[in-house]
Amino acid sequence: MPQEQTAQALESEELVPPAEAHAAHVSPKKVETQADLSAEMKGISDRYAEALKNGRGPETMPRLDYAPYRSSILRHPTKSLHHADPETIELYSPAFGHQDVHALESDLTIQHNGEPQGERIIVAGRVLDGDGRPVAGQLVEIWQANASGRYIHKRDQHPAPLDPNFTGVGRCITGDDGSYSFTTIKPGAYPWKNHLNAWRPAHIHFSMFGSEFTQRIVTQMYFPGDQLFPLDPIYQSIVDQDARDRLVAQYDHELTSPEWALGYKWDIILTGSKRTWTENEAYGDAGDEE
Amino acid sequence: MTKLTPTPGQTVGPFYGYALPFNKDNELLAPGSPGSIRLQGTVYDGAGNTIPDAILEIWQPDSDGNIIQRTGSLVRDGYTFTGWGRGSVGNSGVYTFTTVNPGPTAPGAAAFISVAVFARGLMNRLFTRVYLPENEEALANDPLLSSLDPERRKTLIARRDADGGLTWDIRLQGGDETVFLDFQQDGSLETSVNADHPARENQA
Repeated sequence: MPQEQTAQALESEELVPPAEAHAAHVSPKKVETQADLSAEMKGISDRYAEALKNGRGPETMPRLDYAPYRSSILRHPTKSLHHADPETIELYSPAFGHQDVHALESDLTIQHNGEPQGERIIVAGRVLDGDGRPVAGQLVEIWQANASGRYIHKRDQHPAPLDPNFTGVGRCITGDDGSYSFTTIKPGAYPWKNHLNAWRPAHIHFSMFGSEFTQRIVTQMYFPGDQLFPLDPIYQSIVDQDARDRLVAQYDHELTSPEWALGYKWDIILTGSKRTWTENEAYGDAGDEE
Repeated sequence: MTKLTPTPGQTVGPFYGYALPFNKDNELLAPGSPGSIRLQGTVYDGAGNTIPDAILEIWQPDSDGNIIQRTGSLVRDGYTFTGWGRGSVGNSGVYTFTTVNPGPTAPGAAAFISVAVFARGLMNRLFTRVYLPENEEALANDPLLSSLDPERRKTLIARRDADGGLTWDIRLQGGDETVFLDFQQDGSLETSVNADHPARENQA
């Protein structure tokens, strides 16, 4: 079972200050407001719209350099990523199986003696590669805040209640068709200190492996219709609306379990598979020697 | 062939600490066992400060250069080398793995470990490589290294410590920024590092 880690010391800006329950309402000295941040995000968004209009292709990934997310300012590479053809080990992925993950780890509502508080949900979908092939037998890990928007992490000082029956951590191994399914609790919105009155839209963190290490992805799944989307610098770091939409699950009544849990469907597409791609390249079919 | 558009990444955030780490996550084999080495380093931000909340993954062949496809990384049995590990940095930004020297996957090839870097404030994972320093001829012939200028090339080569361990630091930003890799054929997917933002415009 997930142990509580003390190792992650965190810089203060993403942490809600301890104690004072209404710290955010105390009048600030010189604090950036949501209006400041929204204006900054709008500027970037307008320039992106303009670039699209001028024929530039849509961006599909978040920008590493997205200043409205203040913590990114010193943590993004300033040199262009160096194009490399994946080689050898990069064309394979570590193998995971049922030694690694117990079937019950996909149900986040049964990890303690009692039922967690909140709205029980099922989140399910498929992991596919860029050619639409299912990614079978691979590891999916998730973590999230509880129904009141509180992480169990020691450094999360958000003055909302912990839930003794909810750790917020799950794992599963994808099926032959790339499918995964988790039963959990709908997470609450979460306040953070990027700026005054900053709130993260409700989200579940997802970590996935493909069949090649280059397909490794960590991302966040959101819920449809969240009013916080336009205000959130992390979500908005993906400047393209179609790309942002790919992180939003769909409510799926077929997935909803009668008198039990609401269903949300979310498929994950990994980047293209390079192993076959490379073999199909006109040049260097199988490398220089055998 | 129709390609599906990939799902965007997002930052790992600050609160993965009770989810991603697991028992012996950074011990690909038991410390002190025959052939084991330490791979250690520090993760820095653009101001030269250590980053206390990064998490790394390494993925590598065994010491004979074989790519391992065995399960059991999350629940290690103490004997099976799976080639994959995960290590969180500590308060001082230092990560540590116990592993083996990777072997070359082809005769004469440069031996390297594939690395994925995650951190709060880092919007998407970064890929890079850490090469063993010894075989200079192999390093000189390596397709990736030989495509880099000498100053940048150095950032991918570990230092061999007196006790046989490897030291390799990661710098997310700055003059001696580590080389990070874009594996996508379609550059538009990953080249959004050079995004526009007001600060840059003001400088212009």
